[in-house]
Amino acid sequence: MDPGRPDPDALLRGLQAEAAQEARGRLKVFFGACAGVGKTYAMLEAARIRRNAGVDVVVGWVETHGRAETEALLEGLDRLQPRSLSYRGVELAELDLDGALERRPALLLVDELAHTNAPGSRHAKRWQDVLELLAAGIDVYTTLNVQHVESLNDVVAQITGITVHEMVPDRVLEQADAVELVDLPPDELLQRLREGRVYVPEQAAEAVERFFRRGNLIALRELALRHTAVGVDAQMQRYRQRHAIAKPWPAVPRFLVLVAPSPYAARLVRAARRLAGLSGAEWIALHVETELDRRLPDSDRAQLERTLQLAERLGGEAVTVQGEDVVGEALAYARSRNVTGIVVGNPPVRSFRRRTSSVVDRLLAEAGGLDVHVLHSQPEAPAAALRPVPRLARWWPATIWTVAVIAACTGVAKLLHGRFADANLMMVYLVGVMLVATRLPRRQAVLASLLAVGAFDFFFVPPFLTFAVAETQYLFTFLVMLAAALVISGMAARVRQQVEAGRSRERRTAALLALVRDLSEASGEAAMARAAVRRTGETLDAGAVLMAANPTGGLEVLAVHGQVDLDPNELSVARWVIDHGQPAGRWTETLPGATVLHMPLQGAAGPVGVLGVDLTAAPSGDQVHLLEALATQTALAIERARLEASAREAEVQVGAERLRNAVLSAVSHDLRTPLAAIAGAASSLLDPELGDATRRELAGTVVDESARLNRLIGNILQVTRLESGATVVEKEWQPIEEAAGAALTRADELLGERPVAVELPADLPLVQVDGLLLEQVFFNLLENAAKYTAPDTPVMVRAWTSPGWVEVEVADRGPGLPAGEEGHVFDKFVRLSAGGQGVGLGLTVCRGIIAAHGGTIWAENRPGGGVAFRFRLPWETPPPGPAAELEEKGALA
Amino acid sequence: MTTPTPLVLVVEDDAPIRRFLRAALAESGFRVEEATSATDAMAGLVNHPPDLVLLDLGLPDRDGLDLLRELRGWSRVPVIVLSARDREHDKVVALDAGADDYLSKPFGIAELRARMRVALRHAAATGAEGAATTFAVGDLVVDLAARRVIIAGREPHLTPHEFKLLSLLVKNAGKVLTHRQLLHEVWGPEYGDENHYVRVYMAQLRRKIEADPARPRYIRTEPGVGYRLVDQ
Repeated sequence: MDPGRPDPDALLRGLQAEAAQEARGRLKVFFGACAGVGKTYAMLEAARIRRNAGVDVVVGWVETHGRAETEALLEGLDRLQPRSLSYRGVELAELDLDGALERRPALLLVDELAHTNAPGSRHAKRWQDVLELLAAGIDVYTTLNVQHVESLNDVVAQITGITVHEMVPDRVLEQADAVELVDLPPDELLQRLREGRVYVPEQAAEAVERFFRRGNLIALRELALRHTAVGVDAQMQRYRQRHAIAKPWPAVPRFLVLVAPSPYAARLVRAARRLAGLSGAEWIALHVETELDRRLPDSDRAQLERTLQLAERLGGEAVTVQGEDVVGEALAYARSRNVTGIVVGNPPVRSFRRRTSSVVDRLLAEAGGLDVHVLHSQPEAPAAALRPVPRLARWWPATIWTVAVIAACTGVAKLLHGRFADANLMMVYLVGVMLVATRLPRRQAVLASLLAVGAFDFFFVPPFLTFAVAETQYLFTFLVMLAAALVISGMAARVRQQVEAGRSRERRTAALLALVRDLSEASGEAAMARAAVRRTGETLDAGAVLMAANPTGGLEVLAVHGQVDLDPNELSVARWVIDHGQPAGRWTETLPGATVLHMPLQGAAGPVGVLGVDLTAAPSGDQVHLLEALATQTALAIERARLEASAREAEVQVGAERLRNAVLSAVSHDLRTPLAAIAGAASSLLDPELGDATRRELAGTVVDESARLNRLIGNILQVTRLESGATVVEKEWQPIEEAAGAALTRADELLGERPVAVELPADLPLVQVDGLLLEQVFFNLLENAAKYTAPDTPVMVRAWTSPGWVEVEVADRGPGLPAGEEGHVFDKFVRLSAGGQGVGLGLTVCRGIIAAHGGTIWAENRPGGGVAFRFRLPWETPPPGPAAELEEKGALA
Repeated sequence: MTTPTPLVLVVEDDAPIRRFLRAALAESGFRVEEATSATDAMAGLVNHPPDLVLLDLGLPDRDGLDLLRELRGWSRVPVIVLSARDREHDKVVALDAGADDYLSKPFGIAELRARMRVALRHAAATGAEGAATTFAVGDLVVDLAARRVIIAGREPHLTPHEFKLLSLLVKNAGKVLTHRQLLHEVWGPEYGDENHYVRVYMAQLRRKIEADPARPRYIRTEPGVGYRLVDQ
C-alpha cells in the first residue's frame, strides 16, 4: 500500500468528520509539563480576551487553589454554580454538566481535564463531560498536564517514579482544535514552588518532593514540548490528507533540477543527470522565469537556453514556467508532476549567494515530502571539522599580545607626539583596542582599553612618565577614552561572535551537504549507512555506528566507523531510543551510563534506526545541532532507500504473480487438453462393441497424447531447473551431428511426411556441449517446426563454422513469425498468434540451454517464407584425438 | 535354459504401473512375480529365481542401484532398469554397474517387449558357448570371424578400432552400450574420461556404414547414455 496517495476511505472519513466538526464545539487544551506552570492562569487570560471580544464566556469549573492572582482573573466572568454531591457523608462539588448544557454558553471553561468525577456523576471522567459539551456545540477551554496523557503515562512513571492514575485517552487530545503549550522553565517553576505559589496536596508532601526534582521537571517539560510538536505534525498530516495535497508518490523516483541563468547551471544539470542515473529516475530541468530574467542581457538568456538544451540532450525534460515566486512555482510544478526530489545548486559566487541560498532555505522549509538535494558547484570541499579554529585564545599568550599591541601603539603615538593633537594619539590607541577586540576574547579587549588609558596617561599626559595628572580635564579625557574603547571592543567582539556563528553554521552546512551528496550517491540502505557513519565520524572526530530497526523489531548494525564497543547494554539503550524517538546514552540525561551517545533516526513515517556516536567529550551546542541535522538527513535517506527497495520488491512480486498466472493458465489448458484426449480415448476403449480399427485409432490417440504430455512436463521441469540454476551442464567434446541425429530419430514420428534436409559438413569441429541438452534443443526446434508447419513442407537442419563459433540452423517453410514477434518467441508461455497447440516452453528451454553453453539463439523469418531458428555455440580447439589411430586416419585419407 | 514361459520379477512400487505390466506381460506369455520394495525383491530373487528382472530405481526402502550391485555379486540374471527420462546419469551408473538395458518412463509395451527379448536372448547366448558369429540387419552384414563388413553390397574399409567398436555393438545387438563400456573395451580400462574418442570413431563408423550419418539407421545414439545397434 502506498502511503503517499490519499486513501479514498480516509478522505471520506475526514470529510464526514469535518462536517461533524462544523456543528461541534471547539476544544482548546492548555497543556503543561506539570502542576504550577500556569495553565489555569493562561486559560483564564485567554478567556478574558474572548470575553472582551464579546464572546459569551462562562466558567464551568476552575481550580484556583486559593491563589490570589488566579482569583483576580475570575473577576467579572460568569460562573456556573458547581453541583453538590453527597458521597458517604462527604460533600463533593463537581461541574454541573446539565446546568452548562442548559446555559449553553459560547465558551465554557473546564479546568483539569483528567479529573475523575465523584461517584454518582453522569460520567466517570471529566473528559467525558467535555466531549458531551463539545457535541452540544459548546466551545470548551480546558487544562491538562502531560502525565495524564494515556500514552505517556508509563514514560512519566519511569521518569518520576510516581504512577498517575487519572488518564485522558490520546484521542481526546487529538480531537482538540488547538493545544496551547504553557511552558515554564524548571528553575522558575522551582522558584515558584519555594515561594509556595504552586498548589500541592498536603497529604503527599514526600511524593511531591520527589516529583518536583529538577531532573524530572526537565524531562517532563521535554515530554510536553515533544508531544505538542507531534500533535502539530499530526494536524498537518490530517490537513494534507483532507485537502488532498498532492504528496509525491515516492515509489517512482523523478527529479526536478532547478536551473537559473547562471554559468553553474550546466554543471548542475549534469550533476542532476548523474543523480537521476543512479536511481534510474526520470528528471526534469525547470526554469522559473521571473520578471528579472526577462530583462537579462541576451548573452545570459542564450546561456540559459543552452542549459535547457543540454538537459534535453542528456535525456531530461526541459520546462520553463513563469512566475515571480521561484520556490512556490517550482514546488507547485514538482507536485503536479509527482516529483520525488528537487535538485538545486548552491553556487559559491557572492552575488548569487543571497538569492540562491534563500531559495535553498525556502525549498528545505517548504518541500514537504520532497527530498531536496543541494549540490555544490565548488570543487570537492574538505569535510568540515568541528575543531575550534586556532586563534590566540589562551590566557597568557593572549595577554602578551594585548600588551604588545598597546606597546606598539605607544611607539606610534610617541612618533606622533608633539606634531599632532592628543586626540589623534588617542585614535592610535583606539585602533589598537579594536585590533585586540577583533582577535582576542572580550576580557583582553577590556584589558587593552585599560592599558591604553594607562599608557596614554603615563606617556603623554603631563607630568610625563607618571600616572599623576596635572589637569583635571584629563580625567574626563580618560573616561571618554575608556568608554570609547569599551564600546568599540564590545562591538568588535559581537561582530566576531557573529562571524564565528556564521562560520560554525557554514561548517555545519558543509558537513550536511557532504553527507547529502554522499547519501545521494549511495544506493541502498547499507551504502547509505556507511556514508552516514563515515561523515558523522569524520565530522565529529569520533567513532560512529548506525543500527537499523528491522521489520521484526530487532536491531542490526549496518555500518561502523572507527572503534565502537557495542555490548548488549548499548543495544538496549539503542532500543530505548528507537522506541521513544529521543536521544539517550552518554552526554544525555537519559541512561547517561552508556558509552555511546545514541541519536534516533526519525523518518517521516517512523523510526528507522539509531545513530550512535562515541564522543570523548560533552558535545557543544553546535555539535548537537549538527548531529541532529546529520541524523535527520540520514533517516530520510534510509527511509527513501527502504521505500525504493520495497517498491522494487513489489514490482518483482507483481512480475512473479503475472508469471504464476501464466503458468496456471498454461497448465490448466495445456496439461488438461492431452489428458482429456487420453481419458476420452481410454474410456471408449472399454466399450466391448468397438471395431478393431477404431480400437487401434483410440489406442494411438492415447499413446500420442501421452507422449505430448510427457514432452510438456519435460519442458516445464527443464525450464524450472534452468531458471533455478539446478541444471547440471555436463560438457563433453562431441560432434553436433550426434545430437542432431538423436533428435531427428526421436522426432521422426512428429515430423511425419516432412522432407528433412540435413547439411552437416563432415569437417565440423567437435564442440564442448552437454549432448543430452543439445539433443533437446534440436528436438524442441524440430517439434516447433512440426507444430507450426503443414505436414508436407520441408525442414532443414544446417551447421557451419564462423570464427570462434559453430553456427546451427533449423529452418522450416511454414507461415513464419508475425513481424515483431521474432524476439518474443523465446519468452515463457508465449504462443504464437498463428499457433495451435501447446505453450511455448520448448523455445524457452532452447534459449536456456544455449545460454548455459555460452551461446545465443535467435529467430528470423526466411526470405521465401518460413522461419529459421539459429544458434551459435562457442568453438575452441578440441583436445587431441586418440593417438594410435592418427596414422590410420592418414592412411585412410 | 529359458523355460517355455519365462518368469519376470517386476520390482516397482507404483501400483498402476505394476497393474499395466502384469496385464501386458501375461498377455505376451510371461509369468509375472511382483515386488514393491527392495526387501521383497531380494526375497523373490532368492526364493523364485526369475529369468529377467524389471527394476525401478526409485524404491521406497532402498536405492535400486544398491540392490542391483548386490544382485550382481551372485547372479547374472538380466536386469532392465526403469527410470524417468531426466535421470540419464542414474541410467549410465546402472548400466555400468551391470544392468543389461534401460527403459525411460513412460514407455510403450512394444518397446519393453523388444528390450526383454534382447536381454533374454543375450542371457541365453552367454549361457550357450559359441554364439553366432554373423549378424545381419537390413543391408548390414557383419561376419565377426572373418572380420568382414558388408553394407548394401559394398565392403567399406574399417580401421581396427572402428571394427572393434562395431563388433562390440554386434555382440550386444539391440542392447545399449555406454560410452565407458565401449571406451574400456576398445581402448582399455586405463581410459576413463576420453568419451570423445568413442564419439569421434562412432562418427567415422557411421560415415562408412550409414546412408545418412545424421539420420542413422543402424547405430542409434541414446543421448547422454551411449549407443545401440538396432537388431531388426
